[in-house]
Amino acid sequence: MERILFGDNQFFGVNHSSDEKSRAQAIHFKEDTTILKTLDYAIDEGVNTFMCTTHERVAAICDVIRSNAIKYHNFKMYPCLPYAHKYANAVTELGLLGTLKQYVPGNFFGSLFRGGVAIVSKDYIAMMKLLVDAEMKMFKGISTPVIFLQNVVTDLLLGLGMKDVIKAYHQYIITEYNAEPGYITMNMPKLLDFLNAAGIDNPIICTSINVDGFRMSGGKGMYETTLQERDVRVIAMQVLSGGASKPREALSYVCNLPNIQSILFGASSKANIRETISLIREFDLNEEEEMTEQFNHIKIY
Amino acid sequence: MIRVALIGAGKMGISHLSILGAHPQVEVVGVADNAHLVTDFLEKYAQYRCFTDYNKMIEVTKPDAVVVAVPTKLHSLFVWNLLKNDIHVFVEKPFCLDVDEGLGLMEMARTKNLVNQVGYHNKFIGTFKEAKNIIDTGLIGKIQHFAADMNGPVFIRNNQQSWRSKEDEGGGCLLDYAAHSIDLLNYLVAPIDKVHGSILKQYYNVNVEDGVYALLETKNHITGVLNVNWSDETYRKMATTITIMGTKGKIIVDSTELKLYLKETPHHLKYSKGWNLRQINELSEDVDYYLRGEEYSAQLDYFIKAVNGDVPNNINNFESANQTDRVIDLIKNFKIN
Repeated sequence: MERILFGDNQFFGVNHSSDEKSRAQAIHFKEDTTILKTLDYAIDEGVNTFMCTTHERVAAICDVIRSNAIKYHNFKMYPCLPYAHKYANAVTELGLLGTLKQYVPGNFFGSLFRGGVAIVSKDYIAMMKLLVDAEMKMFKGISTPVIFLQNVVTDLLLGLGMKDVIKAYHQYIITEYNAEPGYITMNMPKLLDFLNAAGIDNPIICTSINVDGFRMSGGKGMYETTLQERDVRVIAMQVLSGGASKPREALSYVCNLPNIQSILFGASSKANIRETISLIREFDLNEEEEMTEQFNHIKIY
Repeated sequence: MIRVALIGAGKMGISHLSILGAHPQVEVVGVADNAHLVTDFLEKYAQYRCFTDYNKMIEVTKPDAVVVAVPTKLHSLFVWNLLKNDIHVFVEKPFCLDVDEGLGLMEMARTKNLVNQVGYHNKFIGTFKEAKNIIDTGLIGKIQHFAADMNGPVFIRNNQQSWRSKEDEGGGCLLDYAAHSIDLLNYLVAPIDKVHGSILKQYYNVNVEDGVYALLETKNHITGVLNVNWSDETYRKMATTITIMGTKGKIIVDSTELKLYLKETPHHLKYSKGWNLRQINELSEDVDYYLRGEEYSAQLDYFIKAVNGDVPNNINNFESANQTDRVIDLIKNFKIN
């Protein structure tokens, strides 16, 4: 995984610390060309991985990536499944069964009738695989080395203790997509225990990590201990607490933590993208220099 | 450990179940739902004991407390049955379709000394909690006017298959959506007891309203407006903004930000003259387990604490939810004299 990953929240009006900013971003990124231009700013700064939801507008971005193969030859996407709001809104509108009928492809529903009642297949794992395939369709032909489960689903399965479902997802991503499964969560220490108990070792976990302790369930201290002591590949997200923190202090904190493989961030302007990336590189360099210094010290004595 | 059961494993029910499953002081003893598709899944993968008949579940599992997340029309009967069996109850909002039935249940819970809570989760959001503190300490002075704006993309097509589209099941924007704003106004400003006008509009639904617009007045004669529309696709999800105008300042608060304007320098260290901005990341309280928002975990944690006797049962109890039901009724039945 690259050290810096570019996220998509800003493109689709997702802002965890201000509804007002969300609206402004939704207006700013009305056209796909604006999104692509912003992605190019990140690429120009050397960031080649785009971590994104399966929002319907991402499909249009994928089309452009595919048709400009030379320009985007190094470009990777990390899809995050599923686009939860689509399903949540559908459940409110159509009910649970109605939603499954609408989104699960194939003939799980509707075709089999017995005594006037639709016989619903209860092969839930097969249903999960079909939903994954449906969501992954838009990325066909694009490099997707890591495929993430969105936090609302990961954390739901965690709360319900559904180890077998997580295991089935994990295996399916590896065998069917030849990719690494990743997990987005707001409950990193708890999730790591859960994944380990399900037989998943050294997982890729993308989670909120910030100097404010915002959305770090169980407490910042527990996160720091987990990072220090456990085998886990962490992607830090919400490093600026949804844009509420000062970048220098916020990034210095995250860059100095152990075991953070990557930092995920999103920004709308060229200046903000450049600032964030250069700050991360500056702190990483300081960290490296400090390590070298310590190492030299050891040699001397 | 508190033995908790769930009735109704729909969208809210599953979310509650997951939060309860992760709660260190809760043992989930059973789940009741009439959809086999859901109960079979929960039985197979979460190993919960599932039932299609909730009475049977109560009889077999003997829970201390039950979370009820079924269509609103069923609330009264289910809650009554639970209270009768001396079980503490957390029920989804709105409380009851019939105000008098709600009043009866409120009395019943009080007499039997049972913990009773309704799922108005906004009161557990840091920004709204801080707004309440600001108002109660008199920072914005005497309230002159309030406005509640609430919008979201619930119905943006002509699809009306769920119970939320059926009036007799407790569907509609007023009961299912506007209830949140009304409840917040009752809490932040003062209980509303008069409606001076209301308009209920249909945009996509044909049996229930999609828009609710009303002029309201509180017991202490503060007036304001309610502006709710659940068929607005310019919103990604439910968004509630409350504006409160006072003699000394103004508050604009939603679930992410609190903006406070003060006309003069206050005797209060946290805030100063002019605009003050506070965001959710500094106002939210840590939870042990997060799903969809701190408030969902916080409200159930509060319920469990109340059952344990660690907190008073005074946030979102049946009494306050009954006041909200009353306002819903006034808006629904408003007629020009």
